[in-house]
Amino acid sequence: MLRYSVKRLLQGLVTVFFIATATFFAMHSVPGDPLASDKALTDRIRANLEAKYGLDQPLMTQYGIFLGNLLQGDFGISYTQENRRVNDIIREHFPVSATLGILAIAFAGLGGVLWGALTALYRNRLPDVLIMLAVILGISVPSFVFAALGQLLLVQVNGALGFSVLPVAGWGTVAHMLVPSLVLGLGTMAYLTRLMRSSMLEIVGSDFVRTAKSKGLPASRIFTHHQLRNAILPVVTVLGPAIAAITTGGFVVEMVFAIPGLGRYFVQAVQQLDYTVIMGTTVFYGAFLVFMVIVVDLLYGWIDPRVRLE
Amino acid sequence: MAETAFTAEDFQPAAATESAQAVARPSLSYWQDAWIRLKANRRALFSLYLVIGLALFTLVGPLVWTVDPSLQDLDQISQPPGADRHAVVVAPHRPWDGSATGSASLAGPQSSSGGLRLAEAPTTQSVRLAWTPLPDAAGYRLYRNLFPAAEGQALGLPLFEIASLDVRHFEDRLDLKPRTYHYSVVALDAQGRLTGSVRSLEVPVSRVVTAQEAEAMGLVEDAGQLSLGDRIKLRAHPLGTDYLGRDLLARLMAGAQVSLFIGIVAPLLFIAFGVIYGAAAGFLGGWADQALMRFSDFVVALPFLLFMILLRVASGVQPGESGITPMVLAMVLLSWPAAARLVRGQILQIREEGYIGASRLLGGGAPYLVLRHMIPNTLGVILVTMTFAVPTAIFTEAFLSFIGMGVAPPTPSWGSMCNEGIKTMLTTPHELIFPALFISVTVLAFNLLGDGLRDALDARMRSAE
Repeated sequence: MLRYSVKRLLQGLVTVFFIATATFFAMHSVPGDPLASDKALTDRIRANLEAKYGLDQPLMTQYGIFLGNLLQGDFGISYTQENRRVNDIIREHFPVSATLGILAIAFAGLGGVLWGALTALYRNRLPDVLIMLAVILGISVPSFVFAALGQLLLVQVNGALGFSVLPVAGWGTVAHMLVPSLVLGLGTMAYLTRLMRSSMLEIVGSDFVRTAKSKGLPASRIFTHHQLRNAILPVVTVLGPAIAAITTGGFVVEMVFAIPGLGRYFVQAVQQLDYTVIMGTTVFYGAFLVFMVIVVDLLYGWIDPRVRLE
Repeated sequence: MAETAFTAEDFQPAAATESAQAVARPSLSYWQDAWIRLKANRRALFSLYLVIGLALFTLVGPLVWTVDPSLQDLDQISQPPGADRHAVVVAPHRPWDGSATGSASLAGPQSSSGGLRLAEAPTTQSVRLAWTPLPDAAGYRLYRNLFPAAEGQALGLPLFEIASLDVRHFEDRLDLKPRTYHYSVVALDAQGRLTGSVRSLEVPVSRVVTAQEAEAMGLVEDAGQLSLGDRIKLRAHPLGTDYLGRDLLARLMAGAQVSLFIGIVAPLLFIAFGVIYGAAAGFLGGWADQALMRFSDFVVALPFLLFMILLRVASGVQPGESGITPMVLAMVLLSWPAAARLVRGQILQIREEGYIGASRLLGGGAPYLVLRHMIPNTLGVILVTMTFAVPTAIFTEAFLSFIGMGVAPPTPSWGSMCNEGIKTMLTTPHELIFPALFISVTVLAFNLLGDGLRDALDARMRSAE
């Protein structure tokens, strides 16, 4: 287990190193240059700016500096916002995205497990049919459409009632968080529901459930202690990809709901070609996602001892 | 117990012509069998019709609805479907000096309010206003608003200001739409500050065109056919128009070509590459397999959408380019490992099958074995993977275009149309709803088709339903 963990972590580090390298060279192959803005620069100013950002150095030297800074956890200074460090941007905005993401994962996980278990219990009856119909919709509708519809609905509800039940956009209170995180979690919830349903159906026919029944356990106990606990395992395996989906889905939801998270910031930086912010946030997000997948894999081995991690 | 009487005939051998093991049903190939299963699955069949319908919409649609998707109909901007598209033919605009015109027969409650009144019927060509002197005025300022301004609220867009009491008329020709406007005139004091005395007027503007405009837009053959006061119909837009007055139906068709092109070509390419890669790894085995698979593991570990964005930024779409090729390339670069893994696993299994040994024994070489036996036997799985890859690719395209990192304007795609539509979501929701609906229906159709194909083609992957 320990050996496996160390091996996975080392692999993760290599992946992050590659992400950093790919990001660096991708950003430096962009046509145009980072100082080309609407303001005309004199040669003198341009030279000074290039010296400030290290753009006058050869490419490999810049790469070395970039990696060296990265090792010290320094992502550099924004090009479009004077003197703002990328680290500060991440520190300021990532907690917002993380809160949104954790809430969304919680919604998705709880909802997925509950709905999935429910459909399996009511197999081929009305609740099953209705929930599975909703699931198909949830899988087919893009997150930005959910976000837009959610916002539209809020506007209508607030308008009809004459006062603000839940805020339409922005961030700050719990009321701000509810609808965006629900919207963000919907796609994943639908996916998890489907997974939970088939996993649950497999468990329902298994030997240990029959044994539990025959020794006279009440149905509720069989459900919580035998079926649910076993059926939940496959759900844990897809949490890694689910976190990735929710993180990137957050870009869009933060945009639509005007939430000051890192995702919205990243999209803005991409649109404004703020090179250091793009590089910094890409490496940060990349590392985050790579390590989340590793954590989920290790967690799975811990939850289900039958899985041998090697 | 009665004795049975046997005769000699009972001991004759049975006729050799009768076969004991006659095949009762005609033998079916794998694909015939799969087709029968698919036809029995109502959901899958329904999704198949949906996919065919979408293909017709994309390919045949533009031949039927031959409107140019980039043509701007500036008389009908952001019109929802079914909006009134009548216009009255009027004479070309003539300058106005504020004198009363002949058509001052404007009865009705809204034609004048206190001091502010209409000098002529309000049209999209011009709104002519005049007002009687307001108390304590040294000058006037005129506002236009889209809704009635409540007490203390802003009065809207200031159109006109004059520090004189002699001019008490104004002609508004600024970007008029066929809708109701609220005009307000405010008295200014000697220093040019607003005083409290305001007169407001509700003005319903009707749509008009001149005969020359109608001819230029191609609504009539010849301007001479029209006489003043005729009602003519502007261009038809079955699904309405967008914020630049472009026909939404035509744009949806053009967008379908882009979205479905990316959604189908990208999976075709990356699955083809994955199949070759996976087949090579599975067939070669040994260290070559190890090395190839380590590399694919590595590509899998890269965060997909982040790298899609990064590759798009790096490719730097120039003005005039659509950005479709870089997106397809990026998708191929990042998405092939899933197919490669799957095919490798299948090949490893098939390699041990008896018929491969038999074929080898009969002198089949490696390329023959792979092409004739191994890949055809994985085709079912590949087809299912392909069907599920289409909605993912369409989602990716929509996501990237939505955040402005996909197809470059003016090329329409469903994702970029959503991006444009969401800005005016509250006032004209149809601009968002139609492209979103098309994305959802397409993804739904391919997902259901994939489920059906999986059930029909592969017994091992059959879902637990």
